[in-house]
Amino acid sequence: MNRNPILEVKDLEVEFGKGKNRFKAVDGVSFNIYKGETFGLVGESGSGKTTIGRAIIRLNEVSNGEIIFEGEDISGKLSREKERNVKKNIQMIFQDPMASLNERAKVDYIISEGLLNLNKKKSKKEINKEVHNALLNVGLLPEFASRFPHEFSGGQRQRIGIARSLIMEPKFIIADEPISALDVSIRAQVLNLLLELQKRKKLTYLFIAHDLSVVKFITDRVAVIYKGKIVEMAPTEKLFKNPLHPYTISLISAIPLPDPIREKNKRLKIYDSKIHNYIENPPKWIEIEPEHFVLANEMEITKYRKRLK
Amino acid sequence: MERKEKILEVKDLVVKFRLRGEILTAIRKASLDVYKGESLAIVGESGSGKSVFTKSFMGLLDKNGFIDGGKIKYMEKDLSTYKKEKDWIKIRGKEIAMVFQEPMTSLNPLKTVGKQIKETIELHRDIRGKSSKEEAIKILEDVGISKASMRYDSYPHEFSGGMRQRVVIAIAIACNPKILICDEPTTALDVTIQAQILNLLKRLKKKYNLTTIYITHDLGVVANVADRVAVMYAGDIVEIGKAEEVFYNPKHPYTWALLSSLPQLGKKGEALYSIEGTPPNLFEEIKGDAFAPRNPRALNIDFVKKPPYFSISPTHKAKTWLLDPKAPLVEPPEGIKNLNKYFGGKRDE
Repeated sequence: MNRNPILEVKDLEVEFGKGKNRFKAVDGVSFNIYKGETFGLVGESGSGKTTIGRAIIRLNEVSNGEIIFEGEDISGKLSREKERNVKKNIQMIFQDPMASLNERAKVDYIISEGLLNLNKKKSKKEINKEVHNALLNVGLLPEFASRFPHEFSGGQRQRIGIARSLIMEPKFIIADEPISALDVSIRAQVLNLLLELQKRKKLTYLFIAHDLSVVKFITDRVAVIYKGKIVEMAPTEKLFKNPLHPYTISLISAIPLPDPIREKNKRLKIYDSKIHNYIENPPKWIEIEPEHFVLANEMEITKYRKRLK
Repeated sequence: MERKEKILEVKDLVVKFRLRGEILTAIRKASLDVYKGESLAIVGESGSGKSVFTKSFMGLLDKNGFIDGGKIKYMEKDLSTYKKEKDWIKIRGKEIAMVFQEPMTSLNPLKTVGKQIKETIELHRDIRGKSSKEEAIKILEDVGISKASMRYDSYPHEFSGGMRQRVVIAIAIACNPKILICDEPTTALDVTIQAQILNLLKRLKKKYNLTTIYITHDLGVVANVADRVAVMYAGDIVEIGKAEEVFYNPKHPYTWALLSSLPQLGKKGEALYSIEGTPPNLFEEIKGDAFAPRNPRALNIDFVKKPPYFSISPTHKAKTWLLDPKAPLVEPPEGIKNLNKYFGGKRDE
């Protein structure tokens, strides 16, 4: 297949803490994200999914491995020029629109802040025009520029967060649980906005979430992460049709569906990592069917192969 | 319809708030019967009044809020007349208890979890000292905390989000309430933990013969836990019925809109249905059907006259003019027709 990766993550490790307390939050994670696609990263709190996002955007230090953006390694120390380039091209949308906007700044400053830091040559007039456009792009009125964040609802705030990343004209956006803090009806609006912007601006997304129902709707490919390791990765449709790893299965079984009879007869599948016999028979990362990867040992591979037939 | 005993009867309740010299009407003549032993879910967007509605049953309205009409009948008493803390103490916790949304903020970080449960027991029940500690440990076990006697002395920060929510539930059931109100009990939690907490709540309901009222905006959660569903919009219940009735045969356009906007029903590559506009300004008087301005298929009468309840079955009713015999036939959106069949092919074996 002839696809160009915009981002390659290779054997990424991120460690926190010192001495005895040191632990690996991300433990040897590898994946590619191709131009124009939406790649989902799913897992529970503490699985390391946000840490990966933060490592890509250089907020968390990489302990080992490489992060390659458009052919260049962007982990570790970079020249000022390169660092600027990364900051312009990779932007992040945060989870909580209440906490991620500066309460004391007006909307125009919040949105243009990245621009001011990047390029001082732009005139006030140019910047105002870009803020104006960014607001229109996310479906807000340009007049909102002179207001404060507290004057907006949760959905509107999330739009401001999106406008702030768009103004940098990034190629790649990391959306970290962008709709978890929002109401059902607002969720749909923000998801639609993200989809529309992707089409119009040819963006690539890394979509981080714990809710598989949203991931199913918005992503092209998904990686499921458990305790710092990716356990399964596949095109979204394949993953939902043939989930293989027991953790993926438990995550899918936990999606609440708007069907009372089905929900009431549902049997929860709880994942227990002790079911694997990994000490005697360690797991490998294998491609079990085209583009469908899973972490499994010999015994499990045989079992999964049978199930796929 | 099965004849069931009413445990709580809310009639034409009006709740208002004083805000910067203006009056905001949060609950507009809402009525609701809650039957003994049932599990009822109240669904709605933020600001629909679902939390305010249930808080008024426990005397937990903010200081600027007040009841301005209607009745809340609980066991021969009218709670809407209660003014003093002294009266409320007899109801709150002991008769009606609440599980709050954020397990991070609803526990005291400076006290061990055991002590927090023990305190509640001693405040409401006639046991003290060693036996109340034993009772607290028993309740911790009940909510699924292993090695409860060891965990008794742990502080909230030593627990994960899901475990903390279990402790919050333990405190709520510690005084043997008859009604348990769960206000978005799982919104702050992971999906897998959410499913476990919902199972726990259902198990406790059986064990303690509780009547449960869930408040949530998540229709998936509703489908999982509720026998009956009440849909709330702008301070009134616009549709109520058995869960199967509301999900498989919804009648109010707002219920249609809520169901349609679920990402679970989204088709890849197509925009998800989203509700246009914003909820009405509650500082102003609402004329006609409150949802009409956001309803693309609203009838003329929707803007003029508030619709009454129309019955669809003895257990299912909705406030929409669409159910009037004179109304034109308006079909629900395609996407939500036959929800019972939508997921049918993938039913658990």
